[in-house]
Amino acid sequence: MAILAIQILNSLLYASVLFLIAAGLSLIFGVMRIVNLAHGSLYAVGAYVTAWLAGRGIALGVPLGWLFLLLPLGALSVALIGIVIEPLLLRPFYRRAEEYQLLVTFGLLQILEDLMRLLWGGTPLSADTLIDALPILRIGGLFYPAYNLFVIAIGIVAAVILWAAIYHTKFGVMLRATSQDRRMASALGLNVGLVYVVAFGIGCFMAGLGGAIVVPTQAAVLGMGVDALVIAFVVVVIGGLGSLKGALVGAIVVSFVRTAGIQFFPELELAALYLIAALVLLVRPTGLFGTA
Amino acid sequence: MTAEAQPLPNRTLLKLVAAAGLILLVSIVVPSLIGTYQLQLVIYGLIAAIAALGFNLLLGYTGLLSFGHSAYFGVGAYSVAFVVAHLGPHSIEFYLLVGIPIVAITSALFGYICVRHTRIFFGILTLAISQVLYSLALSLYWVTGGSDGLRVPRPALLLGLLDFSGPHGFQLFIRSYYYYVLGVFVVCVVLMWVIVHSPFGKALQGIRDNEVRARFLGLRIRRFRWISFLVSGTFTGVAGILWVPLNGLTTPDVLYWTFSGEIVFMALLGGFRNYTGPIVGGLVFTYLKTYAVASTEYWQLLLGVVLVTLVLVLPTGIVGAISRAGQRLVRRNAVK
Repeated sequence: MAILAIQILNSLLYASVLFLIAAGLSLIFGVMRIVNLAHGSLYAVGAYVTAWLAGRGIALGVPLGWLFLLLPLGALSVALIGIVIEPLLLRPFYRRAEEYQLLVTFGLLQILEDLMRLLWGGTPLSADTLIDALPILRIGGLFYPAYNLFVIAIGIVAAVILWAAIYHTKFGVMLRATSQDRRMASALGLNVGLVYVVAFGIGCFMAGLGGAIVVPTQAAVLGMGVDALVIAFVVVVIGGLGSLKGALVGAIVVSFVRTAGIQFFPELELAALYLIAALVLLVRPTGLFGTA
Repeated sequence: MTAEAQPLPNRTLLKLVAAAGLILLVSIVVPSLIGTYQLQLVIYGLIAAIAALGFNLLLGYTGLLSFGHSAYFGVGAYSVAFVVAHLGPHSIEFYLLVGIPIVAITSALFGYICVRHTRIFFGILTLAISQVLYSLALSLYWVTGGSDGLRVPRPALLLGLLDFSGPHGFQLFIRSYYYYVLGVFVVCVVLMWVIVHSPFGKALQGIRDNEVRARFLGLRIRRFRWISFLVSGTFTGVAGILWVPLNGLTTPDVLYWTFSGEIVFMALLGGFRNYTGPIVGGLVFTYLKTYAVASTEYWQLLLGVVLVTLVLVLPTGIVGAISRAGQRLVRRNAVK
């Protein structure tokens, strides 16, 4: 029973990280109609920056509790990268064919992956001291780090804030208007360029936050971004590209299937995920909640 | 594009044949001019060109961007490896004989699923399906060797007439294999040329340019796309079959989606709106990557920068830019 509880908690932990990545990807697609192939790499940048800052902080003797402030810092740095990238690299491509947008983000992926190797080298960067900062809980005789519950909480809070921001603020109205009809929104006097920068920045922030909160539980390694992107694709394909609810449901489905897969059929675990994605695309082309 | 739309005038055809003959002549004497390593690179380039040529039937002529063509390349490579492990004869003809049907069936199956979508969803679906194969190749290690991959020894050519087991076997193999791959390459180029200039190819271009109008004309769009997918995947698979004896090893890397990205890169580098674009792209990309890998540890960074600049500055690729410059030159001369 305790094992089941821990497996469910593990699934939720994974789901909340996946949700952060996939919701960012989905938001960017929903507003800008761009599938950002570099999104996974931005998630990895968040992980690397946080782990590196945590390492610095420990070396300087910063008290453990304060290290938690590094998590939003890691996410913010990714958001900053996004704010630079959007006007510089993506803006010239909105009027051109989708192929070019995919290619430019693929080029960006290659650049980011190697920049991480250049900056932080090939050895994994870990930040597990953050786990030690929180107590270890006992669940029915088994040990479970409270940090994992913290990650789940962050995922829930992020989902609520994002939902509130999109559906209950003025900026959310602007975002949805731009998403539905860019030219009409522009004609009505919305600063579409600004909406795009902010939307891309928020998307990147979420990817970075996902990386920042995941890095204490697993070290930052090369290639984590490329792997994460494909899983995030599965999530948005199941849930529907461009839908917030879809990202949430997709993340939960994928993480539970994955946890069960690792338990019962480890060889086929990844293949099963992609097959589910392919099946959903066949039966419901726009995903469970997609409208695009 | 406009020149191809009308039946070719005799003079243009003559020029084309002359140019092709010249290129062929150069490629026949090439092995006596350069060393084994360089020759090996040329073979890799020709193989990449076949893969990109196949890929471009989908992107350039059908208007579908596949981000999962590594699957067909990899299926070609792995089917050869299985043949070597379980069936015996180390003959490239036998590899092709067994490999091509396997690749064709795989592309037909995957294509049937994928052509239900277009645009971005087509890209994601092709990617997801290729990742199924990647993860299977990685995890079913008792069949596929996992991340170690499968070894493929040097095969005999021409139904076992040419065997390369003796001393100096490697140099001899590379030299003969060059001609072999060149032969297959020429066949592929001619075949693809015929396909894209046939009524079928014209129909594909019609669908690419205006799907609704093509449907009104009574074209069965999905079937056309499906057959295009099948042909495209098979060409790329042939490239995989030819690649694996040269490389001597196949690993799951050739199934990973970033390799699909490289195939897209090749087509774009050469220019996917021109028939010769992907061929040039495949050759140039092979050299670009080899020298980038040799000169810096951060070759991926270099390639990424090249890709981004290319998309920003030279969206029609190398061939597109050259042909535009050529046209400008002709026009200037005509004015004079």
